[in-house]
Amino acid sequence: MTYAGDVAALARKDLLLELRAKETLPSMLLFVIAALTIFHFALPRGTSHAAALGLLWAALIFTALLGLTRAFVAEREQGMFDALVLAPCDRSAIWLGKALAVLAFLVAAEVVALPAFAAFFSGVDGRTVAAVALADIGIATVGTLFGAMAVAGRARELLLPLLFLPMAIPIVAAGVGGYLWFLAGYDAIFAVLSWAAFEYVVAET
Amino acid sequence: MISARGLAKRYGDRRVFTGVDLDLAAGGFLLVTGPNGSGKTTLLRVLAGLAAPSAGELQLPERHTVGYLGHSPNVYRELSALENLTLFGRLYRLPERAERIGMLLERFGLWEMRRDRVSTFSRGMQQRLGLCRVLLHEPSLLLLDEPYNALDAQGAALLDGVFDEPRTWVVATHEPQRVERRATERLAFA
Repeated sequence: MTYAGDVAALARKDLLLELRAKETLPSMLLFVIAALTIFHFALPRGTSHAAALGLLWAALIFTALLGLTRAFVAEREQGMFDALVLAPCDRSAIWLGKALAVLAFLVAAEVVALPAFAAFFSGVDGRTVAAVALADIGIATVGTLFGAMAVAGRARELLLPLLFLPMAIPIVAAGVGGYLWFLAGYDAIFAVLSWAAFEYVVAET
Repeated sequence: MISARGLAKRYGDRRVFTGVDLDLAAGGFLLVTGPNGSGKTTLLRVLAGLAAPSAGELQLPERHTVGYLGHSPNVYRELSALENLTLFGRLYRLPERAERIGMLLERFGLWEMRRDRVSTFSRGMQQRLGLCRVLLHEPSLLLLDEPYNALDAQGAALLDGVFDEPRTWVVATHEPQRVERRATERLAFA
């Protein structure tokens, strides 16, 4: 109960920060709509649904990357990692709270992106929606861990894509193919690994 | 409270400090002085348990008994003073959170602006809030890095009063004259 309370307090803090600063979600929304618009005009008429679906996944991954890049900005700029790390709560609660906030931003971006995709290209079936939902969990868990790793480094804008994009390849491959069990397995494995690894990521050596 | 033998810190090939020995008993006051870049901040981070030493032996108290205030006030600018302290009060599991927060905000002259966003505060007010945050859980060991930064005369007087509290202190400052008389241990970096 205490752990859940810590996670809830930390996630609420991130949502409140975004509600006030409005820096991450508007950028994600603008990016995903712009990307889908570009794809709409770039693809020739009569392009297959499968090809368009591939571009939807590309747009979603890069939109997620944009959000992840900003996930720890407040902690970095305001020196909050030190304060959070010294608190007696389990350090993985910091990761989980942040991952939940990232997940909320991803879902909010997709609530706009999926209807836009349907308008520009073709309808989205239930299997694709389920795949996107499962992919969001994997993106949020792995991406938040890498976001924390990158924020400590000097070349953070470069480091996060280098870490995150290779890990996103299985998500895209399974998402396009609609392999829901693979996505669920990916989520379970990397959620546990990220949860366990966060303690070591925030410990400065 | 703190015991260190042959403490050293390096970042790659860059040596920050080496050979630091110190014993700081409970209730003691360690004054750390030295020019910019001499390693004061890094030493405080090591003593707070935020960075691991590269070499040497170090004994520290448990994490929840430590308070650390770095160069910046370490508060969220887009949250209000009350929201910042409530978040940390929750993470520190303070039993009577509201009373403790209210008392600290009153003491540091922030009660009237408790619902204002920190981004609207002056730098000195932010530093006062940072002090509130770090005192919130009644730490027995407090490490303060340039705590007089940005404080006006009234704020500095409030901080002087904080130093009267029976805690163990590690303070790095460019204004050693303000706390010199309190120091039981001194460490001067060249």
